[in-house]
Amino acid sequence: MRASLAVGLAVAAYGVSFGALAVASGLDVWQACVLSLLMFSGGSQFALVGVLASGGTAAGPAAIASAALLGMRNSLYSMRLGPIVGGPWWRRLLAAPLTIDESAAVATAQPTLRGQRIGFWVTGAVIYVGWNLTTLAGALLGDLVGDVRQYGLDAAAAAAFLGLLWPRLRSRQPVAVAIAAAVVATLLIPWLPPGVPVLAAAVVAIVVGVTNLFGRAA
Amino acid sequence: MTVWQIVLLASVAVLALKVAGYLVPASVMERPTPARVANLTTVALLAALVVTQTLERAGGLVLDARLPAVVLAGILFALRVPFIVVIFVAALTAAGLRSLGWAS
Repeated sequence: MRASLAVGLAVAAYGVSFGALAVASGLDVWQACVLSLLMFSGGSQFALVGVLASGGTAAGPAAIASAALLGMRNSLYSMRLGPIVGGPWWRRLLAAPLTIDESAAVATAQPTLRGQRIGFWVTGAVIYVGWNLTTLAGALLGDLVGDVRQYGLDAAAAAAFLGLLWPRLRSRQPVAVAIAAAVVATLLIPWLPPGVPVLAAAVVAIVVGVTNLFGRAA
Repeated sequence: MTVWQIVLLASVAVLALKVAGYLVPASVMERPTPARVANLTTVALLAALVVTQTLERAGGLVLDARLPAVVLAGILFALRVPFIVVIFVAALTAAGLRSLGWAS
C-alpha cells in the first residue's frame, strides 16, 4: 500500500511534463488528455508526441508505430499479471488499461497473492487518476507558455527519454543495444524522414534479441 | 492523417497490446525469446528517441543547447537524482544557455 502511494506520487509528477510537451508538439489540450485516458502508457505517449514534434502529421504512421512498439512490453506485463488478477473475464478486461510498468512492478514485488492484487489495483488506480489530472494541468500550462525552445522544453523531452531508459541499463545486453540503437538512429537522421530512424533502431533489438548476442546462455 | 486520427489509432493499438497479453496462454511467457525481444525493443526505441530529441532538427543533425542539457541530465541520473528534478534542471540548462546567447 505504501509502495503504491510512493510510486503513484512520483509518476503523477511526470504527467505535467507530458501535458506541456504534448501541447508544444502541436496537440491541443483535449488530444493530450485523450492520450492519457486511452493510451495510458508514459513511454508510448512521450514517443508519439516526440515524433510528431519533429515530423508533424506527415510522420503520423511512424509516430503510431513507435508508440505501439514501445507498448509491446505491456503485453508481457499482462501475461505475468493474468494469474494475479484472476477472476472472471471482465475483471481482466478492467485490469488491461491499468497494466503499465509501475503497477506490474509493484504487484510482482509483493510476497503474497493478496498483496500482489492490492499492489496492482491501488498502484494502477492512483497513477491513472494522478497521470490524467497532471496531464491536464501540464497541457493548460503548456498552452500559456507558448514558445517551447525558449524554456528548454525540447531538452526536457530528451532528458525524459533518458530517464525512462536509465533503469533498464543494468546488464551488458541492454547497454550494447542502447549504444547500437543510438548510433543507428544518429547515422540515419539526415537520410530518412523524421520518426523513421527511431523505427530502424528497433531492428537492432530484434536482431540482438533473436540471436541473444551479448547475452548469457538463456 | 489528422492529429485526431493519429491520437486515436495509436491509443487503440497500445490498449489492444495490453488486452492481448491477458488472452495469450501462460506457456508463451515461458519462452525467453519473445520476452527478450520486447524488453530490448523498449531499450532500443528509448535510446533512439534520446538521440533524435537531442540532435535532430528539421530533418538534419544540429548541435545546440540540448546536448549539454542532456549530458548534464545523464550525470544527474547516474547520481540518482529524482526524475522530475533532472527534467527541470535539463530545461533550465537549455533555457539558460539560450538566454545567454551561448547556444542556439
